[in-house]
Amino acid sequence: MTSPSLPMGPITGLRGRAVVVAGDDIDTDRIIPARFLKCVTFDGLGEQVFADDRAERPGEHPLDRAEVQGASLLVVNRNFGCGSSREHAPQALMRWGIRAVVGESFAEIFYGNCLALGIPCFTASHDAVLSLQAALAAAPAQELEVSLDPPAIVFSDGQRWDLELQAGPRQMLLTGQWDATSQLLAHGAELERTALALPYLNGF
Amino acid sequence: MSAGTLYDKVWDLHRVAELPGGSTQLFIGLHLIHEVTSPQAFAALKDLGLSVRHPERTVATVDHIVPTTSQARPFADPLAEEMLATLEANCAAHGITLHGLGSGRQGIVHVIAPELGLTQPGMTVACGDSHTSTHGAFGAIAFGIGTSQVRDVLASQSLSMGKLKVRRLWVEGQLQSGVYAKDLVLHVIRTLGVKGGVGYAYEFAGPAIDALSMEERMTLCNMAIEGGARCGYVNPDAVTFAYLQGRPCAPSGEAWDRAVAWWTSLASGPDAVFDDEVRFDAASIAPTVTWGITPGQGIGVDETVPTLEQVDPDERPLAEEAYRYMDLRPGAPIAGTPVDVCFIGSCTNGRLSDLQAAAAVARGRHVAPGIKAFVVPGSEQVAAAAEAEGLDQVFTAAGFEWREPGCSMCLAMNPDRLEGRQISASSSNRNFKGRQGSATGRTLLMSPAMVAAAAIAGQVSDVRQLLPV
Repeated sequence: MTSPSLPMGPITGLRGRAVVVAGDDIDTDRIIPARFLKCVTFDGLGEQVFADDRAERPGEHPLDRAEVQGASLLVVNRNFGCGSSREHAPQALMRWGIRAVVGESFAEIFYGNCLALGIPCFTASHDAVLSLQAALAAAPAQELEVSLDPPAIVFSDGQRWDLELQAGPRQMLLTGQWDATSQLLAHGAELERTALALPYLNGF
Repeated sequence: MSAGTLYDKVWDLHRVAELPGGSTQLFIGLHLIHEVTSPQAFAALKDLGLSVRHPERTVATVDHIVPTTSQARPFADPLAEEMLATLEANCAAHGITLHGLGSGRQGIVHVIAPELGLTQPGMTVACGDSHTSTHGAFGAIAFGIGTSQVRDVLASQSLSMGKLKVRRLWVEGQLQSGVYAKDLVLHVIRTLGVKGGVGYAYEFAGPAIDALSMEERMTLCNMAIEGGARCGYVNPDAVTFAYLQGRPCAPSGEAWDRAVAWWTSLASGPDAVFDDEVRFDAASIAPTVTWGITPGQGIGVDETVPTLEQVDPDERPLAEEAYRYMDLRPGAPIAGTPVDVCFIGSCTNGRLSDLQAAAAVARGRHVAPGIKAFVVPGSEQVAAAAEAEGLDQVFTAAGFEWREPGCSMCLAMNPDRLEGRQISASSSNRNFKGRQGSATGRTLLMSPAMVAAAAIAGQVSDVRQLLPV
């Protein structure tokens, strides 16, 4: 298990290897089963990511294959991260080593949770994701580079896939402003003006 | 682009600023917290040296980890005890109201906020729980958030958000007897898919929605997220106002009249523009049961498990995974499927009217031999109201266990869980693999009345055959 430092500052891309977890509608209960939510810190979650799926097929789950140990890119299919809003799911993936995700589509809350951690969720067409997954199946230990500007994935052998990343999140990641807290705190006066105009906070 | 909808109006009223990344800073009117998704947020606040900006706008309760047999402290599970103790300490340190065990107001967060009158039309409501969409039943914009966002709301009473599109789901006609809001929402998800709502807020409207009680509207909006829609809502009307009047946190006196006038003005007007509209006919919906591993894999109780040919080609891999996991045969009737455990409760269906509907089926009948059946009220108030009308006696006489309030076997963070390959009939909201506490356990989602019918028969049964005509 790798434990590289957690994302900080501007996020421009990564170099490394990828792991494919194929399938549509993979929910956050599968990414991190509820029993592991009994914790008051996120620290130990990396070891429990996909715990039940991995136990079902000991040693055969994509995350357990020797050639992807240390991988930092996760490649998925449609509606990844649906269901529960638990941030424990991206936290577990991040603490396992994941720093970016490529998929056909993502559930919204999961997408936002990843962004808040500095993890870009790139999208690509169905066909592009299938071809990327096929290329990774043929060369699972492939070294690759993922960039945000322009959003793309390039294998060391030159194969390339263009990716999409929403303009707002892309800008936030590239400038290191993906952690919203400081931005939100910068508008205290505007916030109180908004509150003063809300009937339900002012006796209607 | 939508215009003039309740969603647009509430969004505009809560806009604080436009942020550099293109998202909007949105003021949060009501922030609800619980023991599972808040401890790391408080820890992050401490690390950053920040305080809670508006502690009076955050309300806490404990629900996910509480045992439903004995709630004596300390809990037998030291991890659960640590989580509650941490919540208690955080609330005390920051001056946040906590509706704790035995307060008379504890319960599932999405049950207690409405019953206390905390949830009101026109609010933005956020909570570290995806079923926050429930509060949209009041004409609020309510959505689930992650723990980093819980931290942000605590620190700034606001969130960085992108605006959603608005889809109106217009439901004509009336639901048949024995068909409930749960069946309606399972039907919607079955039709539009679990990804169909991604990027949308769902506005539920039309004659069938107007006729629903507030508790039914909460069931409906609760599961908007299972259809991919981060929030769902119903425009406020006389039903909403009648529910709210007299609740502890609702306005009173002259403020009540002003509130009703404002609330009324928020509803989507006749000129409202929607990004999309889908129409449904309530009368054609049967009691609905899931057969698979997503809430979109649902069928009428009088239907058969779809064969691969009947499934959209895109959905076939998931259907094959569901056949294997559920061990249900394509083409077989879902009615008659034997069950092991029957669970009535959750933020979807743990309110008084849900228990009344289930009790109407259980009354004078008995749970089939070998079936474990239990009822978990959604809150201490629901439990007290149900006991006042003798529903606990109806259930226990029929062989159901009557438990203490909490989330229980909806997600099995407490001791209530499936064992091995057990299959449950459950009034909860998710049939994901492993959801109810066993990595191989299986879940059939259905209405509380249908769960009661399954408990009596020991198998999936059409509740319409057990109700008086």
